[in-house]
Amino acid sequence: MNSFFEYFADIFRAVKSLLTGMKVTGRYFFSPWEIVTQQYPENRKTLKMYDRFKGEVIMPHNEHNEHRCTGCGICETACPNGSIEIIQAKIDMPDGKKKRIIDKHIYRLGMCTFCGLCIKSCPSDALAWGQEFEHAVFDRSKLNKTLNQPGSSIIKDIVE
Amino acid sequence: MKEIINLPVKNVEEEEYHINMGPQHPSTHGVLRLVVSLQGEIVKSLKPHCGYIHRGIEKMCEKDTYPQIIHLTDRMDYLSAHINNHAVCMLVENALEVEVPERVKYIRTIVDELNRIASHQLWWCSFGMDMGGLTCFFYGLRDREKILDIFEESFGSRLLHSYYTPGGLMMDIHPDFQKNVKAFIKYFRKKIKDYDELLTGNIIMQLRTKGVGILSKEDAISYGVTGPSGRASGFACDVRKHHPYGVYDKVVFNEVMGTAGDTFERYMMRMHEMHESMKIIEQLIDNIPPGDYTTKMKAVLKLPAGEYFQRVEAARGELGVYVISDGNKSPYRMKFRSPNFSNLSVLDHVSRGCKIADLVAIGGSLDYVIPDIDR
Repeated sequence: MNSFFEYFADIFRAVKSLLTGMKVTGRYFFSPWEIVTQQYPENRKTLKMYDRFKGEVIMPHNEHNEHRCTGCGICETACPNGSIEIIQAKIDMPDGKKKRIIDKHIYRLGMCTFCGLCIKSCPSDALAWGQEFEHAVFDRSKLNKTLNQPGSSIIKDIVE
Repeated sequence: MKEIINLPVKNVEEEEYHINMGPQHPSTHGVLRLVVSLQGEIVKSLKPHCGYIHRGIEKMCEKDTYPQIIHLTDRMDYLSAHINNHAVCMLVENALEVEVPERVKYIRTIVDELNRIASHQLWWCSFGMDMGGLTCFFYGLRDREKILDIFEESFGSRLLHSYYTPGGLMMDIHPDFQKNVKAFIKYFRKKIKDYDELLTGNIIMQLRTKGVGILSKEDAISYGVTGPSGRASGFACDVRKHHPYGVYDKVVFNEVMGTAGDTFERYMMRMHEMHESMKIIEQLIDNIPPGDYTTKMKAVLKLPAGEYFQRVEAARGELGVYVISDGNKSPYRMKFRSPNFSNLSVLDHVSRGCKIADLVAIGGSLDYVIPDIDR
């Protein structure tokens, strides 16, 4: 007789535990304001990433098309996987000396692991994080970027 | 035709056969292949085949400098990325005898615990999904999103942060960090009740996990099963408690211990640990001392020649980092003692005699992350 009651008590407990779970899902079903889903491609206009978001490495230029990169190559050494390549050029200064400047700052986004060591190690703060995150392209050669813009030059007051 | 008819009839009950579970199987949580030897539905033995996602991280470390190693450790156990970083950073700091500021220790401890909660939340999602409850998956990820938002705001990325550097942190915490963490704790204390209502008390889940895959304390110790899985068997192995690092010696928390050692106990360990982690964060979040977020380190870090070892409590168990240095800027040899590898090694032992369906539950409760096993 005891096991008979035990049998039905088990069934009752089982149904109760299932109903407890259903109560949780039911509560969310009837409170749609608690939905946290973002409609991503639709909200592109209003989507704002956090200030520190690591989208890609960029080299900020000012309004005169000037950057802060001296071409010292510390970021190239700091990078753990060879995403950065510095191609330097030498120009003749008015006083007859030769000065090293940057010709191309090549950044391979496809190899970058976003560790931030290049930005941290840069002595002249030439690099920064960009907010762009939609990096999908049809050809991987498009992931190799030149960070210094064509015709750009270094800001005058930067010294090595 | 006659020959076929005269074939001896084998008893299907006694015949052993092998099936492959994985490498592409949702319940192995990655590319792990288990060759399961079955008799009927009963698991006779099991052979894990690792190496599908082997990237040679330990070898890659030998050419990298110490600050560069940090970003590789992110990619081992990606669910406790901060804690992996912490191990390498502490090893370098101890070897160079650098004292990091108190502020750094506080922030590291808070972030480690947030990472542990996030990891356990994801484990809860996937465990619920393994048990057949897809609702858990969405609810767990919804709450994990709150932590990832905090991470993204402060450290710039959601999964692989590389936030710690030898000697300090990459940058200071965001001004809103404390406010957001406190808001999260308040939010999650409310939501964790849903977890219990939805899955812990569920009769199907309880019947599938209680008394399944029992691991005794002796076996847990001899296999080196650490973390929540080891503590469920009564093996006191919490590195935070027994060998405190960071500011764990200044906070009050319980080392959650179990006795039964079955799948349900391993489940409950992680549920309790989330409460304990929240307790730790609450004690620290208002007391972050002011100061520098990093110490001045040399441009090139060279560890003195010798052997170094550092261990931390990752979300899945004890992570050890072992370095042999010959005095150069990169290690001569680097070895990680990953908790997941030891936890996986016990799977054959605990699943013998269980049904093949229970293997999914046992594997889920051991909570292995495959990139950490293969490295």
